[in-house]
Amino acid sequence: MRIPCPLCGTRDRREFTYYGSEDYANRPAADAPAQAWDDHLHNRDNPCGPTRDLWYHDPCGAWVRVHRDTATHAVHGSDLVAERGQA
Amino acid sequence: MAELIAKSPGAGLHLPVTRGGATLAEWLPGAITSVAPFAGAGDKVDAALTPLGMGFPAPNGMAQGKTARIVWTGRGQAFLIGAPAPEGLGAVAALTDQSDGWAGLRLAGPAAADVLARLVPLDLDSFAPGTAARSLLGHMALILMRPDPEVWDILVFRSMARTAIHELDTAMVQLAARAAG
Amino acid sequence: MSGYRLSAGGLVDRSQTVRFTFDGLPFTGYHGDTLASALLGNGVQVVGRSFKYHRPRGVLTAGSEEPNALVEVLDGAQKTPNVRATVQEIFPGLAAQAQNAWPSRNLDLMAVNDLLSPFLSAGFYYKTFMWPRAFWERLYEPLIRRAAGLGRLSGRHDESRYEKVFAFCDVLVIGSGPAGLMAALAAARSGARVIVADEDARMGGRLLADRPEIDGMPGDLWAAQVLEDLAGMPNVRLMPRTTVVGAHDQGTYAALERVSLHRAAPGDAPREAFWRIVAKRTVLAAGALERGIAFCNNDRPGIMLAGAARAYVHRYGVAPGQRVAVFGTTDSARQTARALQAAGVQVAALIDPREDASTLEDFKVIRGAVVTDTQGRKGLRRVQVRQGSNTFALEADSLLVSGGWNPSVHLACHMNGRPVWDDGIAAFVPKPGAVPGLDACGAAAGRFSTAACLQDGLRAGLAAVADLGLAAPALTAPQAEDGSYDITRLWHVPGKGRAWLDFANDVTVKDVMLSAQEGFRSVEHMKRYTTQGMAPDQGKNSNVAALAVLADATGQTIPGTGTTTFRPPYTPVSIAAMGGGGRASGFAPQRFLTSDAASRERGAPMIEAGLWYRPSYFPRPGETGWEVACDREVRMVRSAVGVCDVSTLGKIDIQGADAGRFLDFVYTNTFSTLPVGKVRYGLMLREDGHVMDDGTTARLGAQHYVMTTTTAAAGQVMRHLDFVAQAHCPDWDVRMISVTEQWAQFAVAGPRARDLLRAVLDDLPDLPFMGCAEVGLYGIRGRLFRISFSGELGFELAVPARFGESLFRDLVGRAETLSGGPYGMEALNVLRIEKGLITHAEIHGRTTAFDIGMAKMVSPKKDCIGKAAAARPGMHGPDREQLVGLRPVQPGQRLTAGAHLFTPGEDVKRENDQGYVTSVGPSPSLGWIGLGFLKNGRARVGEMVRLVDHLRGLDLLCEVCDPVFLDPAGEKLRG
Repeated sequence: MRIPCPLCGTRDRREFTYYGSEDYANRPAADAPAQAWDDHLHNRDNPCGPTRDLWYHDPCGAWVRVHRDTATHAVHGSDLVAERGQA
Repeated sequence: MAELIAKSPGAGLHLPVTRGGATLAEWLPGAITSVAPFAGAGDKVDAALTPLGMGFPAPNGMAQGKTARIVWTGRGQAFLIGAPAPEGLGAVAALTDQSDGWAGLRLAGPAAADVLARLVPLDLDSFAPGTAARSLLGHMALILMRPDPEVWDILVFRSMARTAIHELDTAMVQLAARAAG
Repeated sequence: MSGYRLSAGGLVDRSQTVRFTFDGLPFTGYHGDTLASALLGNGVQVVGRSFKYHRPRGVLTAGSEEPNALVEVLDGAQKTPNVRATVQEIFPGLAAQAQNAWPSRNLDLMAVNDLLSPFLSAGFYYKTFMWPRAFWERLYEPLIRRAAGLGRLSGRHDESRYEKVFAFCDVLVIGSGPAGLMAALAAARSGARVIVADEDARMGGRLLADRPEIDGMPGDLWAAQVLEDLAGMPNVRLMPRTTVVGAHDQGTYAALERVSLHRAAPGDAPREAFWRIVAKRTVLAAGALERGIAFCNNDRPGIMLAGAARAYVHRYGVAPGQRVAVFGTTDSARQTARALQAAGVQVAALIDPREDASTLEDFKVIRGAVVTDTQGRKGLRRVQVRQGSNTFALEADSLLVSGGWNPSVHLACHMNGRPVWDDGIAAFVPKPGAVPGLDACGAAAGRFSTAACLQDGLRAGLAAVADLGLAAPALTAPQAEDGSYDITRLWHVPGKGRAWLDFANDVTVKDVMLSAQEGFRSVEHMKRYTTQGMAPDQGKNSNVAALAVLADATGQTIPGTGTTTFRPPYTPVSIAAMGGGGRASGFAPQRFLTSDAASRERGAPMIEAGLWYRPSYFPRPGETGWEVACDREVRMVRSAVGVCDVSTLGKIDIQGADAGRFLDFVYTNTFSTLPVGKVRYGLMLREDGHVMDDGTTARLGAQHYVMTTTTAAAGQVMRHLDFVAQAHCPDWDVRMISVTEQWAQFAVAGPRARDLLRAVLDDLPDLPFMGCAEVGLYGIRGRLFRISFSGELGFELAVPARFGESLFRDLVGRAETLSGGPYGMEALNVLRIEKGLITHAEIHGRTTAFDIGMAKMVSPKKDCIGKAAAARPGMHGPDREQLVGLRPVQPGQRLTAGAHLFTPGEDVKRENDQGYVTSVGPSPSLGWIGLGFLKNGRARVGEMVRLVDHLRGLDLLCEVCDPVFLDPAGEKLRG
């Protein structure tokens, strides 16, 4: 598997550490209701198809949001978590 | 007053060694300073670096001045190698001394790229001379630079010098033995 | 005698004789021979025994798909089973053995199984080894294991060399036959970076086996010319002996190279290399595999595939027999008969099932006929032929069979794409686009004539070039034979005896029919019930025929029956090759302290802490065992001064206008208010409310902090800090970098710590507890922190790492003059347990700030990572297991970490579990003490608990106490 790092270019998967769904990057407000925190921490979809998840490119320290497809294994692209659009 | 003895990371590790078309030697790059520009200070950092004949490098980039070199080493970060940080840089960028944190190795020769291909998951043919990359050497964090077509400068964590040399030497031994067949 | 070396011909080097042994007997062959061709040339017909019935078997194929000629090579630890004799090149001194035969391949006592065959049909194991249940593990499994398997490993470590290599290219061409060479030429001439991989030692594919005429010259010469051309181009890498075994995501291909398995003296060369090739485009030109025909006793030694026989004649100059019969459904059979005739081999007859087959040949053609049976136990003697209603026997010592050709679709199916049935050639072809970027061509795509292969290879090469945006070179396909492929479908000749499909696993037509009869009608079920396709050849010789038989038995079509799933690897890959480069420090790097040599000189045994090696203790002469040394080192720190290398702790430099604000967010407590020159202990949570890490952070300047992390979590914390900064506050001005390796840092602890530091430092600053300052020593600058992990007056002194070894030696030498010295991990552990200080034994990922008694460190005044989750129900309260101290009621009793705690009087069972022990150590003053977690533990101080360790046989009473055993007021460390 090869993953594009927006800074370094496409690299072998061994250079990355997987985290999980992009949901983890969208932290609820500190005073959000318990249900919102539950959802944020524990409730995940298990999509068959397009998905966006978070990977750490260990060599350069960038957190990357990867757009890929769990059904075809296609990787469509990525962006930096720090500069992610809200699309 | 007594003195503390400075020891290089590769001391006692039996370098240099030449096998087949590759030579591995310890590389002592001198001062290493990490430079991480503060928010919005990109232009000021470039200005502060101008006396050295360089600016802040782009990803995978490297600039070689007369005495010093600046290498992109990660998101928002570069290493200034071979010269002290110029005046004023510390006001516009976070600086840390990294001179003792890294073991420098230089792998050179026509077979050097083939040696690295055993350990580094990068397309080394497309690795243009005068550029750099962050990657892995086996399981070790790596800063890889190619100052000349047949010269590769390697930085790994100081504590891993022995492993890095062992792994590179193993690759060199096996590559040379292939050629002997 | 059966096969023999022809007096001339072949591409072997007859000037180089090679001596080798097979089953201990000496043989000779020529340079360029495989073990199979050399054995055939020596007239060896039986090369092994079959898996289940132990039937004598001979060479069936001339390639990696060989199901019969599996041998063991090499002695000692490197003994390698299941080596295909058709792939193994001979070299001087090669020693190969037949496998699966006892006592020998010519006299195999297990062949009694063959007589028992009526009882050993499909599903035998499933039906027989069912009852009683108690027999499964003790009796049936060992029995089955002993009987199963093809060949044996040595059972020892394989210490030989293997390597992994990364490669990148624009176009990967798999196969170097006519299609592959044309594709490679087209891609290479366009300037693309090309890799050509072929599993054969010599490139050229069928051009070597058939030597068809191309542009008026023999095919092998044309191939040599093209290969020379390619080898001269800097943008081309030719990889012979390299099997591409897997197609993976994003154009990544796995390939196995046999580097030195053909060399008599490999020296330090690896045996095999496992390549990861990343290709922008891939041309699959892997050719096709010939298939047999199932008729009674079609597995006798001497029966060979027709195309393989041509390879032996043309490439190796070896005849498969003295008098051969040929039986086939395509013109491949006729071509074979002609080739053998031309080589001077006597052709008994060509048996062609087609009624309209031409009989105009120099040998006898029996048309409209089939082979119904054969005779000859250890070598073919006679072939039974049925023509119309006539049956007659034909004397022959070799029968060459062709049931048609199956394109090598495997790699095109590795990403779950199923192949497509092509009725015209009665075979499966790759589904276009099933592997992104992969294009099949030539015989692999079902185009079988040489001319079609050349043209299709050119097409595929040009298509790849166009995809890459490169200019197409001027190139046309050369002239070659372009016959049509006319096939009659014949999978199985009905008859009374057993007709083999899968030779390697001894699966017959009857087994497949029985499977269908017993309800295992899906191809996946049939495969598992009969084991068809599960041997080392993975059904390359039998899959299509087996599912044709299954389709017939279930009344389905072949495409309706479908194939099983194709999975990597295409050919067997040793685990050693896959793990190439992953031994010892290649598996996990070793990290050494600057003080490493100095500690080893003092005889310190090393203990692994993450990737680091740290001294366990520093034995003195006369000390027996670690406990004595540890005891002394603890007393030394408590009474004088000790020195310990603590450089392994992670150190992260944090700078920027928002650095303090950022630390407030990642730590539960507040750091923005910390004065410059002060240090604070910090607790870090995961977002789910559990403790991630702890450590001290010092403020070096208004916008400059240095954080320490635990040794084991340094990488994880850096990743976490980067995540918080980039995901949650990307606009804050914070810059972080690890400085772990920059500083060598030594703990100096004990009542005489100041005396030691005064001797070393230019000036010892008057630091309060938890203060820090820059200091000068020996003309260099260092950092001094007044922190303690021992409960004693303690400092940590950091200097640039190049001075680490020298400073360690200096500190230790001076400490010894103060009745002090170095201490190791064991003493460090006891010192911190005595003080109730936690490590990752306690913050192991499932404990909360509440559990470790630090709930108050979660500041109510601000948000922080993990705060919301830590406040949720279930994360605190009396039901939680809480940190406590433990000491045995009877002094001197030993404790163990990992033991579980129970209420005295209650049954020792899971439901009654009250907690567990995390850390233990022998305190010189208190005896064995421990830390652990106990339900509602803080309220139970003074109570007794029962400590049980079933693994190490411990069962004793402990008193629950405060986790701080010594100096609870902290007077010593503040003194």
